[in-house]
Amino acid sequence: MRSPRILLLPVLLIVGWEVAAYFIDNPFVLPSLSTVIPILLHPFSTEYTLGTGSLVENAAASLFRVASGFLLAAIIAIPLGIGMGRSSFLHDFLDSTIELLRPIPPLAWVPLALAWFKIGFVSIVFIIFIGAFFPILLNTIDGVKSVKKTWVEVAETLGARETDVLTKVILPGSAPTVWTGLRVGFGIAWMCVVAAEWMPGISLGLGYLILYAYNFGQTNLIIAGMVVIGVIGILIDQVFRAGERRWFSWRSLER
Amino acid sequence: MTLIIQDLSKEFPVPNQAPILSLSKISLTVGEEEFVSILGPSGCGKTTLLRIIAGLDSATSGSITLDGETIDRRSSQMAMIFQEYSLYPWRTVIDNVTFGLEMQNTAKRPARDTAMKYLNLVGLAEFAERFPYELSGGMRQRVAVARAMAIEPKILLMDEPFGALDAQTRNMLQKELLEIWEKTKKTVLFVTHSVDEAVYLSDRIIVLTPRPGRIREIVENPLARPRDRTSPEFARIRRHVLDLINESSQPKEDLIVHPPSL
Repeated sequence: MRSPRILLLPVLLIVGWEVAAYFIDNPFVLPSLSTVIPILLHPFSTEYTLGTGSLVENAAASLFRVASGFLLAAIIAIPLGIGMGRSSFLHDFLDSTIELLRPIPPLAWVPLALAWFKIGFVSIVFIIFIGAFFPILLNTIDGVKSVKKTWVEVAETLGARETDVLTKVILPGSAPTVWTGLRVGFGIAWMCVVAAEWMPGISLGLGYLILYAYNFGQTNLIIAGMVVIGVIGILIDQVFRAGERRWFSWRSLER
Repeated sequence: MTLIIQDLSKEFPVPNQAPILSLSKISLTVGEEEFVSILGPSGCGKTTLLRIIAGLDSATSGSITLDGETIDRRSSQMAMIFQEYSLYPWRTVIDNVTFGLEMQNTAKRPARDTAMKYLNLVGLAEFAERFPYELSGGMRQRVAVARAMAIEPKILLMDEPFGALDAQTRNMLQKELLEIWEKTKKTVLFVTHSVDEAVYLSDRIIVLTPRPGRIREIVENPLARPRDRTSPEFARIRRHVLDLINESSQPKEDLIVHPPSL
């Protein structure tokens, strides 16, 4: 347990918020905490969300979209990254194209996604896919390249075939870095979903919810939605970190 | 068991230049139960020679045969131990030792039994379920020895296996290696740049010249084991090997003018 001083600033911020809300006295600019908390305490109710889906329904919709895009990105990026880490031909063949596409922000793909996939689920998943794909790919390439040459050679002198080298040396040896890529990729995917849900024609999701609340001037609902987005982001990051400690502690313990 | 190396040469290509000759016409015969060291200054190609024998690199010309069969790729008759720590950090000690047996599709039970046998031999049976990061450098190299022995090769190839260890641990492991060698009677090919280590361990010492590596001389070491590093006989052989190395570090003309003495 770390010292309580890590809680000091959050507590000060909340107190400051309440004081500021009292003096500003305009719930559209800064609603009082007391109008935000009830929303969070009724996550299954639609009464607090102005008739649109409840917090839980919106969160579930966002999570499902993120999971779909993220899994698709992982399924494509991990094998591709292993291939690029192992084969300099494949690396040289793809690297320039990847470097060209990588700096384009995921949200810059929105118009193109709409043109290709129309309004709806596929477009959102595509945006999330773009967001998660590059961190997973680059970390996988890095992870595969960081596998010690000696580990591979030991396996070879002990009679390993190409597939053994891949499954028993390259995969476990690069797994911690790939895992980091998944964690970062999920974080970016989660950021993308909110904005992707601002595309026209979407009627559920946390991103949709906060924009919908804005249209009604309900800043307390905007803030409640942001809190949910933040908390889910932290929780999933913690799951990834727990996995890292559970399975890959050898990497930090190895000198 | 006889390992015959004939006229082995190795060139490394250099872009836009003549290739660098790393090993030149190495011929060598290693017999059953022999402990042979390959000794030379850094850059003489001794590690390259061992890697070619292990099948990790290929020779430019020449041949290697084991009991009459040509060795031109990796053979399960040989296992290699590397200088740097080469254990798989995600596997426990025993799972490291069974790695080679897994590659040969040995069933789990017998593989574990074999692994325990060799962990016992290197004195680490009680560390079977530990992870490499819990072990000291010396212990890790013992596990690497057990892992190599577990596939029961005819020849152990060792590439400066104790090079990264402190002097005390190094001496201890040299002693242990000899004990293991006497129990198992594997043939050992041991690459080192330490004259002391070569004289302490080996039946024969192959002294290589600096690049390109040629065989300078093969020094027989008839001293009985366990050897006393402080004895005059030990010192005499040590001196002779040192002289060979120092001479061959001189410019080549010197080598021609002063033929090897002794």
